[in-house]
Amino acid sequence: MIGGLFIYNHKGEVLISRVYRDDIGGPLNGVMILLDAFRVNVIHARQQVRSPVTNIARTSFLHVKRSNIWLAAATKQNVNATMVFEFLYKMCDVMAAYFGKISEENVKNNFVLIYELLDEILDFGYPQNSETGALKTFITQQGIKSQTKEEQSQITSQVTGQIGWRREGIKYRRNELFLDVLESVNLLMSPQGQVLSAHVSGRVVMKSYLSGMPECKFGMNDKIVIDKQGKGGGSEDVAKSGKQSIAIDDCTFHQCVRLSKFDTERSISFIPPDGDYELMRYRTTKDIILPFRVIPLVREVGRTRLEVKVVIKSNFKSSLLAQKIEVRIPTPLTTSGVQLICMKGKAKYKASENAIVWKVKRMAGMKESQISAEIELLPTNDKKKWARPPISMNFEVPFAPSGLKVRYLKVFEPKLNYSDHDVIKWVRYIGRSGIYETRC
Amino acid sequence: MTDSKYFTTTKKGEIFELKAELNSDKKEKKKEAVKKVIASMTVGKDVSALFPDVVNCMQTDNLELKKLVYLYLMNYAKSQPDMAIMAVNTFVKDCEDPNPLIRALAVRTMGCIRVDKITEYLCEPLRKCLKDEDPYVRKTAAVCVAKLHDINAQLVEDQGFLDTLKDLISDSNPMVVANAVAALSEIAESHPNSNLLDLNPQTINKLLTALNECTEWGQIFILDCLANYTPRDDRESQSICERVTPRLSHANSAVVLSAVKVLMKFMEMLPKDLDYYGTLLKKLAPPLVTLLSAEPELQYVALRNINLIVQRRPEILKHEMKVFFVKYNDPIYVKLEKLDIMIRLASQANIAQVLAELKEYATEVDVDFVRKAVRAIGRCAIKVEQSAERCVSTLLDLIQTKVNYVVQEAIVVIKDIFRKYPNKYESVIATLCENLDSLDEPEARAAMIWIVGEYAERIDNADELLESFLEGFHDESTQVQLQLLTAIVKLFLKKPTETQELVQQVLSLATQDSDNPDLRDRGYIYWRLLSTDPVAAKEVVLAEKPLISEETDLIEPTLLEELICHIGTLASVYHKPPSAFVEGSRGVQHKRLPGSAGSVESPDPGAAATETPPAVIPSQGDLLGDLLNLDLTPTTTTGPPPPTTSGMQMGAMDLLSGGLDSLVGLLHQGPPSLSASPSTTTASFGGLDDLFDLGGGVGMPMGALNPPKAVWLPAMKAKGLEISGVFVRRAGVIQMEMTLTNKAMSVMTDFAIQFNRNSFGLAPAGPLQILTPLSPNQSIEPLNNLQVAVKNNIDVFYFSCQYPISMLFVEDGKMERQVFLATWKDIPNDNESQFQIKDCHLNSDAASNKLQSSNIFTIAKRTVEGQDMLYQSMKLTNGIWVLAELRVQAGNPNYTISLKCRAPEVSQCVFQNYEAVLKN
Repeated sequence: MIGGLFIYNHKGEVLISRVYRDDIGGPLNGVMILLDAFRVNVIHARQQVRSPVTNIARTSFLHVKRSNIWLAAATKQNVNATMVFEFLYKMCDVMAAYFGKISEENVKNNFVLIYELLDEILDFGYPQNSETGALKTFITQQGIKSQTKEEQSQITSQVTGQIGWRREGIKYRRNELFLDVLESVNLLMSPQGQVLSAHVSGRVVMKSYLSGMPECKFGMNDKIVIDKQGKGGGSEDVAKSGKQSIAIDDCTFHQCVRLSKFDTERSISFIPPDGDYELMRYRTTKDIILPFRVIPLVREVGRTRLEVKVVIKSNFKSSLLAQKIEVRIPTPLTTSGVQLICMKGKAKYKASENAIVWKVKRMAGMKESQISAEIELLPTNDKKKWARPPISMNFEVPFAPSGLKVRYLKVFEPKLNYSDHDVIKWVRYIGRSGIYETRC
Repeated sequence: MTDSKYFTTTKKGEIFELKAELNSDKKEKKKEAVKKVIASMTVGKDVSALFPDVVNCMQTDNLELKKLVYLYLMNYAKSQPDMAIMAVNTFVKDCEDPNPLIRALAVRTMGCIRVDKITEYLCEPLRKCLKDEDPYVRKTAAVCVAKLHDINAQLVEDQGFLDTLKDLISDSNPMVVANAVAALSEIAESHPNSNLLDLNPQTINKLLTALNECTEWGQIFILDCLANYTPRDDRESQSICERVTPRLSHANSAVVLSAVKVLMKFMEMLPKDLDYYGTLLKKLAPPLVTLLSAEPELQYVALRNINLIVQRRPEILKHEMKVFFVKYNDPIYVKLEKLDIMIRLASQANIAQVLAELKEYATEVDVDFVRKAVRAIGRCAIKVEQSAERCVSTLLDLIQTKVNYVVQEAIVVIKDIFRKYPNKYESVIATLCENLDSLDEPEARAAMIWIVGEYAERIDNADELLESFLEGFHDESTQVQLQLLTAIVKLFLKKPTETQELVQQVLSLATQDSDNPDLRDRGYIYWRLLSTDPVAAKEVVLAEKPLISEETDLIEPTLLEELICHIGTLASVYHKPPSAFVEGSRGVQHKRLPGSAGSVESPDPGAAATETPPAVIPSQGDLLGDLLNLDLTPTTTTGPPPPTTSGMQMGAMDLLSGGLDSLVGLLHQGPPSLSASPSTTTASFGGLDDLFDLGGGVGMPMGALNPPKAVWLPAMKAKGLEISGVFVRRAGVIQMEMTLTNKAMSVMTDFAIQFNRNSFGLAPAGPLQILTPLSPNQSIEPLNNLQVAVKNNIDVFYFSCQYPISMLFVEDGKMERQVFLATWKDIPNDNESQFQIKDCHLNSDAASNKLQSSNIFTIAKRTVEGQDMLYQSMKLTNGIWVLAELRVQAGNPNYTISLKCRAPEVSQCVFQNYEAVLKN
């Protein structure tokens, strides 16, 4: 298991060092040597990081980096590496939930808290309950908080209990529920317009303000569910709903979802955590609506000039508006000057980023726009051709490119007297670009 | 709150200030001080001096302060064990606290204080906590047992904690179960044979129930534990699989991968014709693909694991090629792994797409990635025959880019393509040859040379090309040198008329001027092969090579099986068994997949697991392949070795052209009078012929006796060539070490050597150059005189030198006592000669030892009237036995020696040798 957990700043100075096991070095010098070894070999390494797992002096270091901060777990054993990385991310989430952005300043300011957290969520290198909801009930920075005996046992039963993510006795005057379907659509297209790969990775993010211990059931236009229901109902029903259903390649759920129930009945039922959480993630690859099509035309005129024309076409209902559109056209390193003409929005050549950035605030569906650029190049002797990185694109659209629709979200709370109808539900669909690239 | 200030104080006298603050009455001040101490500790300052002061702060109701003090204790208790005892009382008291959080904190911290004296006090509180009413305390106590076991295993067993821990598996709280499982698994690892984790269907059932209820981490502990279980039959296996599959939809990748591990393992037991088996296979693909949308570090771990899974069960992901396409912004470690998997999944169905991608990658920026992409194109060509042509043309396109490392990499893979499809793509050779000059990496140079040698008959100027490499022969890496040697020999066998000089040149470079044993050995083998039997040489060197296999870089099956059992762990990331990187007893036990049940067809490699310890396939061809130089690259399967040994009889020497039978005859029959029996002659000749070491003097391991070299041929007499040398006998082989010094102004080349016929049939082991033998009418004055001719480009020089006869004494010269007696009597007294050795101050034993090192063996010793009689024997390389009687009188420095031999001519020499050895 994890032998020690360390947090460094970008200079390689140790901000937090917690040792769980003796095997990674004695209490004093041994650990300092290890800390140094990681700093020298990874943080200060000349080369780009070649692997997130490094073995130095028969010790394995698994590290992640958040902005300027390095989190590293050290071990001498054959640990479950996936678990260690999941834990490191979780650690970041927990810290962010307590004090916001993970920065050197914040870590230093909260080092006592971090040690306290590390003591609680990692015991002898074994991760323990790390749900912020539960942790915040008893790890506070408010000094002494005298708890009654009942409160104490409530805390412990929540931390160890089956529903570790929610405490009892939550009350709201207004039972409200926000549901966001956030999708990022990823595309890799050949210069000829052939889709090389495309997938949507989506998340269902919820914000729930519900009283008591509500039992929720979530339904969407999952092809498998609808086909199943179709068998029970009339054939007409299949034809009607079959079109709108989507094939989900795979999905994963928050730990509140009863997985065995999903496995057998494919129904998503759960007792939600309070506040923000991510209910599920999913991935689809079939029948994706690609909101934009990028058509690049690159022509080399002689050795010192390049003509680039890029056309973007929006491919969704004309009543909808896409926002925050940004097209990024990479330019060669030898670019000396750029002239730009665009039909819409603003375009700029950013020399420091070696790219032309074309921004359009809004664009309706079924429209087309284009940019042309003349790029002057410095003559060089370099035989190596320009690698032509792909043209990438960013945007936001008010629909789910996968075609996912929320069919229902039912809330039952048997003990308290509010019914499903009393809950105010808000549903929103946002489609964003993931890695949306067209080769040129 | 600005706690960051604690990180900056570096004043002098800081410790004193802290001490004062720690003993302050004000609670707030105390707490601030402890914070400062912890901050100093973090940045590596030694604050152990404050131990008593910090421990004094332990008695407090402030939980936060208490935790800080505990943190300090954990770090420093070991360095101050006596003082740590001070803390024990507080711990024991805290374990009784009404607040379960405090009880748990106390038991958790106590376990982290690794001081023997404290552990004694830990037992009672721990026993109570294991049975605490609060699950939070129990789950903490469960882990504490593992901590205690790590400090003092015996204590844990004696106190019966293991049984209590086992009971916790049936606890009502899932988290307690999970921690108990984790603790037991860890303890069990250090007791490989104990039945600690008594996994039976009942406990498995309990674990599976807890699996649905506990935290994500607990699920991982339980799944990892389940993976160690071997179901009794396929039905049990299936029912466990059914209950584990829902975990594949968990948001935590570690839960998913641990579930995959369990499924991959238990699947082995399912009959392949079972419907469920197919369903399960289908269910495995989506979660594995989903892992690729996780954070890059997790992607990396997932990809390393997928690499294993694809090797074990390629069917799972065969339709998922696209998800492994590299994204422009992927970190390099993810890119490289994806590429690996793409190649594994490449098939006829998707090859067009794969090739298009690979070509795209070959123009990227990162050099390692580009190289790997180029290499991947070659591997596709080898794997999917239909695509070979397109791959080759893609590679040619890439060569046209003239980007140096792309060209080099392309040439390396084209060599492999030639190996797989011989005589198919030779048209590209011309293009390759154009880039000869730009190759600066050994692997690329070696590949190019291999190609030139292999297709020498079709390349008009092959000799020129190879000759150009030969100029800087000594600066090349071994890999290139070996290839060059082989290629030139191939060339010679194909075009013998024009390339004789070239081959001689490379052979002498390899054998004389190199101190690399591989190169020299290979050089000698070729040399002998060529001189003995050119037909056989052709058969060997130009033998048809086995085609290289398509699956490359596969992990050896037993290792793969073990790694499958370690999915998700570091072992699967490193692709090494845990024993390779874990110290101590943990992880030493090798895990194996269970055998498949039910299905009779398809002999599963898993079922046929052997006991051999897993090992990574060596990256170089095996020794035999290397020796025979069949250019067995790492990517090949070793074919049956061609019959090479037949051509290597030492006695029958045939110098290059084969036209020197007369000389051969002279060389290999010793003087008839000296040969004792045919069998011994051959044997001794074997040794003799082997003796001559032309590379002598260069990097030879030094033997026991190393006499200085004497000048044999002064420069005056040889137009500037000075030869000095010495004879030594090492490991049964006579070596003539020569130093050839060029004292002339011009360059000397084309060295060759020849011996005149001599008494003991010494001859060069390596055949050299055709030479006129020395005129036979010269009298052989001392028997051990050797007349040598050395030739260079200037002239032929003759000289003679004497070798000590001790060189000729062979190691098996010890005669049986009975034989000795009989022989002694048998030899006529006329053949006996007596000598005096004067001024020798050794006693008989020392003399005997000394002589023994020169292969003169004492057979018996007799003491008569204070006079030691040593009976000794020695055997010459040509089978002549010499018997000796050495008389040593105590106090008399003069020895008497009687020698008896069937060839009395040697006696004088032997005597001189005695003298030399004893007086040395």
